[in-house]
Amino acid sequence: MNAIFSNPWFLPLAMTLVIIGVVPLAVAYTVLLERKVLADMQVRLGPMRVGPHGLLQTLADAVKLLLKEDLIPAASNKGMFRFAPVISFFTAATSLAVIPFSRVFHVVDVNVGLLVISALSSVGILGIILGGWSSNSHYSLLGSLRGGAQLISYEVALSLALVSGVMAAGTLSMTGIVESQLHQGVWFAFGNYGLMFVPFMVYFISSIAETNRAPFDLPEAESELVAGYFTEYSGFRYAIYFLAEYTAMFVVGSVAVTVFWGGWLRPFPNVAWLAIPLDYGGPLAVFAATGALCLYLVKQQPIKAYAVAMVVVGLAFFGIAIAYLIPAFNAPAVPVFWFLLKLFVALYVMIWLRGTFPRYRYDQLMNIGWKVMIPTALGALFLNALVGMLRG
Amino acid sequence: MEGLLFLTFATIAVLCALNLVLQTHPISSALSLIGVLGSIAVLYLLLGGEFIAAVQLIVYAGAIMVLFVFVIMLLNTGAEKQPTRKIVVTWISLPLLFTFIALAAMLIAQQVPKTEVVTFGGFSGGTTLSVGRSLFTQYLLPFEVTSILILIAILGAVVLARKEI
Repeated sequence: MNAIFSNPWFLPLAMTLVIIGVVPLAVAYTVLLERKVLADMQVRLGPMRVGPHGLLQTLADAVKLLLKEDLIPAASNKGMFRFAPVISFFTAATSLAVIPFSRVFHVVDVNVGLLVISALSSVGILGIILGGWSSNSHYSLLGSLRGGAQLISYEVALSLALVSGVMAAGTLSMTGIVESQLHQGVWFAFGNYGLMFVPFMVYFISSIAETNRAPFDLPEAESELVAGYFTEYSGFRYAIYFLAEYTAMFVVGSVAVTVFWGGWLRPFPNVAWLAIPLDYGGPLAVFAATGALCLYLVKQQPIKAYAVAMVVVGLAFFGIAIAYLIPAFNAPAVPVFWFLLKLFVALYVMIWLRGTFPRYRYDQLMNIGWKVMIPTALGALFLNALVGMLRG
Repeated sequence: MEGLLFLTFATIAVLCALNLVLQTHPISSALSLIGVLGSIAVLYLLLGGEFIAAVQLIVYAGAIMVLFVFVIMLLNTGAEKQPTRKIVVTWISLPLLFTFIALAAMLIAQQVPKTEVVTFGGFSGGTTLSVGRSLFTQYLLPFEVTSILILIAILGAVVLARKEI
């Protein structure tokens, strides 16, 4: 047994399996979270029918998509039509391989990790372009033209913003970037006397454009283009595009967390006396509060089965909260907790922005990309280089 | 392991390159070119040039090929019509090609001494650090001259794209 665990292939393979298994489920519940949060912002209830508080809605949606008829337009380029969603999902999911969830939990630590993610995302554009082109439909073609132009434009600002982070860390390895934040004792978003916050903002705004999300969701603007580049897709292929889009959200969120928000590090990573209160109190507060909320909602359930389910879910959250009090579990699990908590906050902000801002016009989008984001990123790069050099 | 990976990706590169020439539709050719560039990136990686491999993917497979596909899509070019070839061309071209490849291979094998044959992972100057160091010390002048050249190209594109002067 020990031989299996200490095998150098064990952890990468196990992590790959975990990622492949968890990502679709995480995507499903991110979609539910998005629908619920947007509904709350618009003073609605959102999905409520399937399961307690609509908790099983996305599973029902997934089954519906799997069982739908798979339509391929007669005049489409069939091979490419089938292949395009695969490019999108493959590149997004492979990027997760180089993201460190903690010092030990990562598939692989490449010493050009950030470049690998950048390379995969730049190849991933092809999935959008080819999907729209091969559909042989005007809406799809317009959507993919917009998508391609937008992604190429914002990739420049995105990479320039990341260069500031790489410069502060002195390495391209994702693990190395987090470890240098530990050594410098500061999350890079607050590094260089707060100057690093500018590249972080540029990165975050560009990453929303990179993932085609509102207010930059012109490639799939439903009021003009039906559904943009995947108008002609249905059933499972449509689901793969959906999966790719939300996986890309996870990737850009994880990169933001790793490069600018200290990755798996807790807040104030080099203040020793905060270790016990934060590492034990943080998970306890989050999971116990969620569990308490579930138990509080039991009374409101319309049927008995839902009430029982809520009790079980609530007790499971309390179980996780108690498990975090055991030092042997806490030590490996708490970095993952911090990472996922920060990732969750990033995803929540993305959903929040979608609920807040109206969609930009196309010329506004291009102006923001080329005349605001890129000069700001370049200026921030220059200032950060200067300050970094002066600090030695 | 390295040998197997090398053979796999070298085969993919050659097959994609053949496909690139044989396909009649420009988009299929462009996709095959992406296949070639991607598998060459893997070959760089096998030799130990991880930075070059990543940059190959970003610059060629990502940026340049996306622009290619974009332009092909905008021009909406259809499948190319095969011109009717003369019978002599059809029968002579293939033997001539093989002779040329064999001659080129022989010449290269004669010119390159056996001791300089590369080994997998034997090249240690492929890290980001060493590439950056040699770019900014030994090859500083060519690097700066190239950047000025690219700047001039960008300015030229802007001048050409401007409507009124």
